[in-house]
Amino acid sequence: MNGVHDMGGMQDMGPIQYEKNEPVFHARWEARMRALVQAMSAWRQLNIDASRYHREMIPPVKYLRDSYYENWYAGLVALLVKVGLVTNAEIESGVPAANSPKATPALSPAEALPMVTRGIVGSRDVRVTPHFKVGQRVRARNINPAGHTRLPRYARGKLGMIERDHGVFVFPDTNAEYLGERPQHVYSVRFAARELWGEQAAPRDTVYLDLWDDYLEPA
Amino acid sequence: METTRRGMLKTVATAAGAAMTHELAHAQNQSHEHSHQAVPSDPALRVKSLESLLVEKGLVDPAALDALVDAFEHKLGPRNGARVIARAWVDPAYKKRLLADATAAIAEFGFNSEHGGRVVAVENTSKVHNLIVCTLCSCYPWQVLGLPPVWYKSAPYRLRSVIDPRGVLREFGLELPEDVEVRVWDSTAEVRYIVLPERPPGTDNLEEQELTSLVTRDAMVGVTKVRLSQSGSAA
Repeated sequence: MNGVHDMGGMQDMGPIQYEKNEPVFHARWEARMRALVQAMSAWRQLNIDASRYHREMIPPVKYLRDSYYENWYAGLVALLVKVGLVTNAEIESGVPAANSPKATPALSPAEALPMVTRGIVGSRDVRVTPHFKVGQRVRARNINPAGHTRLPRYARGKLGMIERDHGVFVFPDTNAEYLGERPQHVYSVRFAARELWGEQAAPRDTVYLDLWDDYLEPA
Repeated sequence: METTRRGMLKTVATAAGAAMTHELAHAQNQSHEHSHQAVPSDPALRVKSLESLLVEKGLVDPAALDALVDAFEHKLGPRNGARVIARAWVDPAYKKRLLADATAAIAEFGFNSEHGGRVVAVENTSKVHNLIVCTLCSCYPWQVLGLPPVWYKSAPYRLRSVIDPRGVLREFGLELPEDVEVRVWDSTAEVRYIVLPERPPGTDNLEEQELTSLVTRDAMVGVTKVRLSQSGSAA
C-alpha cells in the first residue's frame, strides 16, 4: 500500500526532536499499551505482519498527527475486531458481550520475559530454493500492491546487488492478509545511494534493504 | 473463530506505525477533538478500558502485562548491547563470532535466544560508517538495545535517514569526511541491526567493564561515535 507509513526519502518534516535521558515510557498507559500488543500477539489469530498492516491502514492524517502508542491502540483494536476476538460494541462499552466465550489460557507471567528476549522470529526452517545468489545484480520490482508490503517505494525499479542471503522467512504481503506464509529467501540487497537519489547523494554511500525473492528480478 | 494460543509463540508482534515526535503530537492533540469516537478521548482511559475488556474475556492476564512492562523497563535496554560491544573490543575471537553470527554471539550473554529473532552486527571502521533505521515503522534490536527512543520512531528520522544520512548525522553532531562510506541499513524484514562502533583512541588501558560504560545507545544505532569523554548515556 502506497501509504504515508512508507516515508523513506520524503523531506520537510522538520528536525529530529531528541530527548535527553528519555524514559522507556512517557506514561503508564503507554507501557500498558505496549504490553497489551505483546501479550495479544501470543494468540494464533494475530501475526506481526497483520499487526503492522492494521497500523498502516490508520488514516494518514491521524497516523501523522497522533503519538506512536495512540496509533498502536488504533491498530490493535482494528485487528482484534477484524479477526473476531472482540467486537466494536465491546470496545465501546468496555465489557464483554453476553454470549462472549472466555478464552484460555492467556500468556502467563512466566512466558513474558522469554517472549521479548526471543524477539520476532520471521524465519522458517524449511527448504526453499533461492532465486538469487550473493554477488548477483538484481532489480527491485516495480510493484504497487494495494495491501501490505515491505518493499519501500524508494527502492522500486532500482538496481542493486545481493550482499547476503538471510535464509527463508515468512512473506509479509500474504501473511498480513492471512493468505499463507509463502516462505521464501530474504536477502540483504545493496543499493548505491546515487542509484536511489541521483547525483545529490555522496558517490560512495550505500543503502541496504532486506528484500524477499518476490520483490526482486534478475538485472 | 477458534481461540487458541500459538504453541511456540513463534511470532511476536512489535514495533510499527510511528509518526511524529511525542512533543509535537501531544501539542497537536490538545486542539483536536476525537468527536468520531464513542470510546473515551483520553488515551489513558481508552487503554484502561481495552485492558479490562481483554482481561475479562480471558485474552490477557494482567500479571503478564506487569511482567512485560518490567521486562521493557528493567530487563531490556542498551546496557545489554554495551556489554556485547565492549566484549567485541577486548576479545578478537568474540568480535569474529559477533560479525559472523550476531544472533548466536548475543545469545552467549543470554540476552536473546539463539533460535530467536535474527540479529546482524555491522562494523564501523575509519572508512565505513553504519546507520540503522526502519523507514516503514520502528523495527529495532530490542534484544540488545531495548525499546526504541521516540526520535528513532519519528517521521523526521525515518524519512531522511535514507536520502540524507550525512545531514541526519550532522544533526547529531557528527560530520563525516567525504571518503568515509556511509551505509544505511533499512530494517525492512525480521532482521535487526546493531552497529559495532569503533573503539575510541586512548582506551587501551581500560578494562572491559569501563569500556562498557562508554558505549551509548546512539553509537549502537550509528548516529554518533563512542567518545572517551562522554559518560554512558545509554542507560
